[in-house]
Amino acid sequence: MKLVIAVIKPFKLDEVRDALTRIGVHGMTVTEVKGYGRQKGHMEIYRGAEYAVNFLPKLRVECAVASEQLDQVMEAVAAAAKTGQIGDGKIFVMPVEQAMRIRTGETNVDAL
Amino acid sequence: MTRAQQRIAIATAVTAAMLIASPAFAQSSKIDAADTAWMLGATGLVLMMTIPGLALFYAGMVRKKNVLATMAQSMAATFLVSILWALVGYSLAFTGDGPYIGTFERIFLNGMMLDAISPLAKTIPESLFMIYQMTFAVITVALVAGSVADRLRFSAFLLFCVFWLLLVYVPIAHWVWGGGFLGSHGVIDFAGGLVVHLNAGIAGLVAAIVVGKRRGYGSENLSPHDLTLAVIGTGLLWVGWFGFNGGSALGANSRAAMAIVSTHLAASAGAFTWMALEWWTRGKPSVLGMISGAVAGLGTITPASGFVLPMQGMLIGLIAGAVCFWACTWLKIKIGYDDSLDVFGVHGIGGLTGTFLAGVLAVGALSASPEMPGGVSGLLEGNPSQVLNQLYGIAVTLLWSGALTFVILKVIGAMMPLRVRHEDEVMGLDVSQHGEALQ
Repeated sequence: MKLVIAVIKPFKLDEVRDALTRIGVHGMTVTEVKGYGRQKGHMEIYRGAEYAVNFLPKLRVECAVASEQLDQVMEAVAAAAKTGQIGDGKIFVMPVEQAMRIRTGETNVDAL
Repeated sequence: MTRAQQRIAIATAVTAAMLIASPAFAQSSKIDAADTAWMLGATGLVLMMTIPGLALFYAGMVRKKNVLATMAQSMAATFLVSILWALVGYSLAFTGDGPYIGTFERIFLNGMMLDAISPLAKTIPESLFMIYQMTFAVITVALVAGSVADRLRFSAFLLFCVFWLLLVYVPIAHWVWGGGFLGSHGVIDFAGGLVVHLNAGIAGLVAAIVVGKRRGYGSENLSPHDLTLAVIGTGLLWVGWFGFNGGSALGANSRAAMAIVSTHLAASAGAFTWMALEWWTRGKPSVLGMISGAVAGLGTITPASGFVLPMQGMLIGLIAGAVCFWACTWLKIKIGYDDSLDVFGVHGIGGLTGTFLAGVLAVGALSASPEMPGGVSGLLEGNPSQVLNQLYGIAVTLLWSGALTFVILKVIGAMMPLRVRHEDEVMGLDVSQHGEALQ
């Protein structure tokens, strides 16, 4: 099993969700986060006071998937989250040792 | 002439003779229903400017951790100043005709019964005049707090309200409006360019310097957390200002209507000018710029509102937008003080500019009265001395308010810290001062 962590532009969430649902990924966890990469930040001006906003709002989408489904999932997320503009985000993949559905006690791939 | 006509002629002559001969009869005051109705409404409008108007305007411009603390200042100024005003403030500001201070005649509102009428507002009940003026005292004290938002201790602010109301606001209100030496010298201030805006503005500047800069000023991001609140607050201030300036005519009359028209056009021109200048110099027309310009226009037209015509009001708003934009974006940085919410840049500079422009643009016909048939004319109507009068009023207000604010803060500072502790400022005043927070 793998944990896919995608940091995406907030307005792309619905498209990413639809793309994942379409390939059979049911369930994800979404967190509002702030960060920066190559996009860096931008300047905001309030009555002449200029502030560099270094951390931009993003969404961090996490979903655990079966290892054999990983490539398909990454493609789906990348296709849905892409605008071609700087700041589209990144996808990270980590191994998952175990999983359990609390309600039924199912484990690992059955629990996803 | 028939007998009937003769009788009417004689009766008319006798009545006229009585009116002229008997000063008591000529000056007799009668409560006017229309004036009273309008002033009742105007009083509500002006109170609405502080709560919730100013509370929202200010709270929207601070960081999220200081929202409640900022609203608490407007709220506390409202109840504390109201109580003090009824106990002693009104009496000292608006009774008697001493040049420097009023009397204790109306202390605890003593003797203010149903039929009481102030010689300063002869067609409305004195209780109404008292509470109308109370709302002005409330907003002036609440305005000052904006310059030291994000760092002033709440307990120090409460003490400041007490001292500043009694030692700064009350005397200046008496000097300008209550029969004191500035008003009798000929200084004109229709609704509070000196008494409210320049007064609060210079006090704000002194307070910002005495209390010191916010931690992180110039290095951290101190941007407003929710300008939607500030926009709502501006709307309430704008509408409330109709009562502020229109009500300063103290009656339901053409002068009140004219003041409201000038006020609205000045606000519009101020917002437009600030927006245009910001768009031009910074590349984007910000919402904060539009609302700042509107408030600048409103503050600046205040002293002139009952003395100028609508197109002059629009001109004053245009000048206000430019001058206050310059004060907030250049002057503040050049001098290097941290006036958190630009009380000095918007209200101080606006009040000063408007008071001066009132002396330039005043149209005599607007203030003509039986006692003063020509009204007050400004420089453009060939009366350059009015400009000197205005400068005199500005100088006295700047000196008194600036000096006394300094002394008051130093005295309070000797009794308790003016600022919250370092870690409390970082944590936010909502939690550290009030034990509450926005989630």
